[in-house]
Amino acid sequence: MQDYFYALADFMDKQLQDDEVYLCELTAEQSEFVRFNQGHIRQPGSVEQRYLEIDLIKKQCCVTGQLALSGSMHTDHERVATLFSELRDKLQHLQDDPYLFYATEVHSTESIGTNQLPAEALTEIVSSVQAHDFVGIYASGGIFTGFANSLGQRNWHSSYNFNLDWSFYHSKDKAVKSAYAGCHWETLIFQDKITQALAQLEILKRKPHTITPGPYRVYLSPTALYEILQLLSWDGFGLKAQRTKASALLKMLETPAQHLHSSVTLTENTAQGIAPAFQSEGFIRPAQVPLISQGVYDSALVSPRSAKEYGVKTNGANDEETPLSFDLAAGDFQKADILKTLDTGIYINNLWYLNYSDRAACRMTGMTRFATFWVEKGEIVAPLNVMRFDETLYNILGDKLIALTKEREFIIETDTYEKRSTGSARLPGALVEDFSFTL
Amino acid sequence: MQNLIKQRFYKVIPHQVDFCSLRYLEERSEKLLVRKNVAEPPLSRHDVGVMLTVIDKGGLGYAATSDLSESGLREAMRRAQLWAKREKTVIDFSKVAMPQERGSYQSVLEKPWNSLSIADKLDLLHSESAQCYLNDKIVDWQTSLWFLQTEQLYLTHEGGEIRQSHQYLIPEIRVIANQGVNTQYRTFSESTYGRQGGLEILDHTGFVGKGQQLAEEALQLLAAPNCPSECMDIMLAPDQMILQIHESIGHPLELDRILGDERNYAGTSFVTLDMFGTYQYGSPLLNVTFDPTLPEQLASYGFDDEGLPAEKTYIIREGVLKTPLGGVMSQARTGLSGVANARAMSWNRPPIDRMANLNVEQGNSTLDEMIASIERGIFMKTNLSWSIDDSRNKFQFGCEWGQLIEKGELTQVVKNPNYRGISATFWRNLKKVGNQETFEVLGVPYCGKGEPNQIIRVGHASPVCLFTDVDVFGGV
Repeated sequence: MQDYFYALADFMDKQLQDDEVYLCELTAEQSEFVRFNQGHIRQPGSVEQRYLEIDLIKKQCCVTGQLALSGSMHTDHERVATLFSELRDKLQHLQDDPYLFYATEVHSTESIGTNQLPAEALTEIVSSVQAHDFVGIYASGGIFTGFANSLGQRNWHSSYNFNLDWSFYHSKDKAVKSAYAGCHWETLIFQDKITQALAQLEILKRKPHTITPGPYRVYLSPTALYEILQLLSWDGFGLKAQRTKASALLKMLETPAQHLHSSVTLTENTAQGIAPAFQSEGFIRPAQVPLISQGVYDSALVSPRSAKEYGVKTNGANDEETPLSFDLAAGDFQKADILKTLDTGIYINNLWYLNYSDRAACRMTGMTRFATFWVEKGEIVAPLNVMRFDETLYNILGDKLIALTKEREFIIETDTYEKRSTGSARLPGALVEDFSFTL
Repeated sequence: MQNLIKQRFYKVIPHQVDFCSLRYLEERSEKLLVRKNVAEPPLSRHDVGVMLTVIDKGGLGYAATSDLSESGLREAMRRAQLWAKREKTVIDFSKVAMPQERGSYQSVLEKPWNSLSIADKLDLLHSESAQCYLNDKIVDWQTSLWFLQTEQLYLTHEGGEIRQSHQYLIPEIRVIANQGVNTQYRTFSESTYGRQGGLEILDHTGFVGKGQQLAEEALQLLAAPNCPSECMDIMLAPDQMILQIHESIGHPLELDRILGDERNYAGTSFVTLDMFGTYQYGSPLLNVTFDPTLPEQLASYGFDDEGLPAEKTYIIREGVLKTPLGGVMSQARTGLSGVANARAMSWNRPPIDRMANLNVEQGNSTLDEMIASIERGIFMKTNLSWSIDDSRNKFQFGCEWGQLIEKGELTQVVKNPNYRGISATFWRNLKKVGNQETFEVLGVPYCGKGEPNQIIRVGHASPVCLFTDVDVFGGV
């Protein structure tokens, strides 16, 4: 795939006229998707897709085109040549774009993944789960990202991974959710995850507990905390959202006294994530971008366009200025002490469908989901019937944060909208006081 | 191209399989956007590929590829066959009677996208953008047009052949006003105003002139008090009703959710199979249809992606639940009749049960009658926030615009209006349904669901509706 892309880039070099410049990005994957329900296969299949996005630039004008590649060089030459012609026609009608900005220094990089994917994980999965109400998806295969420009820069990132994202159901909405993701399948790890999930499933067979709305002490697992950070990543950390006052962190930005708990240090940690270290205008992302340091707002994610618009340096953010590799620093609280410290409260493994009740105040709502437990005197007593929460970030990770756990989990994003995600997060769990439930 | 694909498909059909099909999709799109009076680089997209599906000896498999050569199709067919050989499937797929229809469908179009040059379209966006800025409290604004054109071909091994052609226009204007830690939004949203057709949609939806109106309303919100917190009547505009219909009627009635396919991701449903035919979903004023016949609506089509002909069907009639939203596969798995709603977002995702057009039928109340009937209530419009549990029961929705109704009259504008409730009881509190004058045909281009994940276009049409005894609240 890399050779194919670079050969295509060489062809694009020859398509340019006069003082034109091109930037292009390849996103491709060879994926297997196997969907399960009730321990059986629901929809199995393969997807092979290759998309090319080309920016054609002349002086201060730019136009963008995306196309699906066939994988046949002759056909793709024709498609690319046609696209160049269409883009060139449009360029004539455009005015200068004052915020056009792309990398002009050449930084070529290469990160090549090794394919260690199992030839036959599926048989093991089916044989391990068919006696249970198992539902979910196994996604695996190669993911390829490339960048090229007419200045001679070439970047390549490939990885081969699998992501089994599943739930064991007891009945109705009572279930345990788990995931096993990686590059190299290890039966012992998989079987251990199955065993742990089945043990939690036993607790879900107890009579569920219903609470009345009000404040409760809760433990948010790393997975639950990830849902909160994913909501925040929607216009939370980008410079454009901050300058246009749309950021959910508005109060932190406008009111210096407003901050989070001093144990909260949040970083876009490209070096420790699995996303490519380059972006579609050819800039290389720094190893880390500090977003929140010791509870205080630090820096924004800055796309090249925002950098030009607001007169600051870019840090290689994507157009949406969203984090791809979250890293929340560990705390000093031992995971083994969670139940004891929770005493009476709620152990939340998963949150679901978060959105803002009042974005400017960073007040958010959402639901508990999957294995969420009622805890009394340091013991898990019963599964909790789903509850809606409504709470501000300034309580969850601020005034009401008791502690973050010493242990962290590495979560690989399961998102497969249009393509398999390369997002990830390394997060602790959080113990929170007076977490408000409303419905 | 489609005829070439057809020839190649017939060459690669394997011997002795129970069923196989080819679904070809070509989509071209263009998006033009002007933000703060600066045009961003125009974006065009050309996507094309096929999905081959095989059912054999009880198994089902698919393979999708953008390699449209005969060898590409042959290789995809080989992979689909291999997947179909997998055992331990949820049902014996060979027993499903797959449609073998022949037919076609085409969007109705008045003003083609290319009847205006790109320069003229950008001029239109610039003009509307310029109207959005009223003073320094307007901190961001943008206007955009997104045009899409799709060509679909569906073939089956026994001669089924369906050709469908769609065109869509999705306009948007978005304005943000701010003062200190108070930020307010007003949008003519692409999540609401998309329709099938061409540039005539701009006239039909009142796009021109909307920018200044939205900016004025955003400034009004900036100066408004917070929405009060109390239980009251709530009157919802069509651009909020679409969200209410979508989340608390549409998703819970999708058969694949009821069958459990979505439990690991999009969720399950509080609705069970035994409820169809008897369950009182809403008040007797509630009539909901699956309606693919409104030509301008976003998800009108002749056939779904498994070749089933689409026709208008009552889903809820006089408040009673009648028909689930399930395509051929789900109908076979449950024994219930359904609708033609097996749909895929593109060539690289398999069909699953989706909503398509799901509409609340108009009633007979005028807007004035509805307002006059309210002693203490609120009128909300334009969805801003949405959240609902995985069984589609406990919801909380927020709107951009709220206006109190006191003693039968619209009064104070309020900001940050939200409401919450439970689907199973909310629709039974439907007190009045607006007439044709309050009815709007709208659509949502981004409905997410499925594993692997899929985004799809759905249509919703609704009149203004009035509900009683709803828990309403405002911002911090």
